[in-house]
Amino acid sequence: MHTQESLRESGIRWLLAGLALSSLLALFSIMLFLFVEGLPLFASYNPLDFFFGALWYPTAEPPEFGIFPLIAGSVSVTLLATAIAVPLGVLTAAYLTEIATSGVRRIVKPFIELLAALPSVVIGFFGMVVVAPFLQTIFDLNTGLNLFNAALMLAFMSVPTICSVAEDAIFAVPRALREASLALGATAWETTVKVVLPAALSGIGTAVMLGMSRAIGETMVVLMVAGGAAMLPGSVFDPVRPMPASIAAEMAEAPFRGGHYHALFATGLVLFLFTLCCNMLAHHVSEKYKQTGSSSL
Amino acid sequence: MKTMRLFAAILCSLILAAPALAAGDELVINGSTTVLPVMQKVAENFMAINPDIALVISGGGSGNGIKALTDGLCRIAMSSRDMKANEMELARSKGVNPVRIPVAVDALLPIVHPSNNVVQLSIEQLRGIYTGKITNWKEVGGADKKIAVISRDTSSGTYETWEEKILKQEKVLPSALLQASNGAVVQAVSKNPNAIGYIGFGYRDKSIKGLDIGKLQASPESALSGQWPIARELYIFTNGEPGGAIKKLVDYLLDPQKGQKAVQEVGFIPLPKK
Repeated sequence: MHTQESLRESGIRWLLAGLALSSLLALFSIMLFLFVEGLPLFASYNPLDFFFGALWYPTAEPPEFGIFPLIAGSVSVTLLATAIAVPLGVLTAAYLTEIATSGVRRIVKPFIELLAALPSVVIGFFGMVVVAPFLQTIFDLNTGLNLFNAALMLAFMSVPTICSVAEDAIFAVPRALREASLALGATAWETTVKVVLPAALSGIGTAVMLGMSRAIGETMVVLMVAGGAAMLPGSVFDPVRPMPASIAAEMAEAPFRGGHYHALFATGLVLFLFTLCCNMLAHHVSEKYKQTGSSSL
Repeated sequence: MKTMRLFAAILCSLILAAPALAAGDELVINGSTTVLPVMQKVAENFMAINPDIALVISGGGSGNGIKALTDGLCRIAMSSRDMKANEMELARSKGVNPVRIPVAVDALLPIVHPSNNVVQLSIEQLRGIYTGKITNWKEVGGADKKIAVISRDTSSGTYETWEEKILKQEKVLPSALLQASNGAVVQAVSKNPNAIGYIGFGYRDKSIKGLDIGKLQASPESALSGQWPIARELYIFTNGEPGGAIKKLVDYLLDPQKGQKAVQEVGFIPLPKK
């Protein structure tokens, strides 16, 4: 009886370990697949021309696979989106934890979470049909489908991520810190800005990086509203073609195992490395500046 | 335990019965999203007439369809372009012999915002606009506004036709806005008074204005007679000459009273009557 019990125990343990490893396995096989399908490009195409080439004409004769404009598109859209989303997300989180009454909080929070539940195609559609003509008339632009529009839509999408992670971080700041600050005569505003937010900085940093990796990998929105021109943006109102948009738009029609096909996989590889960096940085930030008790402040 | 056994029994009988339920032929069809609506329209009536043949249709793009045919993952590939030399080579090396069958004609139509007072452009002017030599509407008789050039993704079949017939292998300017589908081009042009785009004939609607090329107007007649300069054929590819259920479907598609009627209904141009 006893051995049967322990047998079952270890069986369950192995089962759970296997389940936990399955996502690791999935990640590993996807990575392997990306490398196998992406790397053959460099046998026939100079890596320097790939990373720093300014022209993306994948179907021309001879083809040009310069993804520098695509990288620039992805980076600029992500940075601008982050610049819009971080103040919004963090300040919303600060409001919800520090200022709002529990009644307000109970109403506002579900709506912010609902924003995360909006399908990206709906946000993209909104950007295309409502925001683009609006931007075009307001700023007298050549087109409303541009970097700024895409960044605005991506900011919408990363606000819930940033807000909820930052909120947890701010909420975790020890009560004693707030009380001490108030006792020393600081106002509520000074307490929030000079004590609570700095104390929650590591969590906020994680929130920002997670929001960024959400924005850089987002496909549907940039496909619909970024304009899709593979050029280096000269202003925030220029159209851009971020990497995910390029992959999504071209993959279906690229001849199987041709140069274009490999180039798109190599682009996917670059994109993967970008998000990996974002996530690792987020992990690093949260580990390095981890708040253990209030003494280390 | 009893319920488990019952459950297993039901599962087994389902697995055994599944092939019996699908006793007829199953034709997997994959490929171009341009040809997809034609096939879907045809499938409705075709399966009603031939209950023993099941059509499984999905659209993943011309390249994907051809790839699937090459790998034996589908029986019919839809394509808005001819097969490339290297695709043909790959197919042959895997023992697949693709046979090309035209099923419809599509004419491309240059479009502008309805408020634009330009009504016609020559092929040279279109090429100038798409290669970046003409940048203002006043150079082609319009208002003093910068032209917002909207094109399709360089890997779409529609773009390839445009490139071949209008650009004559010159490159489209890098700042052109690339949209991923015909619908997206209509959407973008209808929201932008300075825009020019091009779409498949079947996608024209009231929110945009089609342009004439020279003195020619886009119409089924001008496309079929070969006068309209930007027309193309839409194809399906089969492995070897069609036979059996595939032949039935191809005959249905090409029948002027049946398949070709569906072609017209979804907005393309039926093949000329032989």
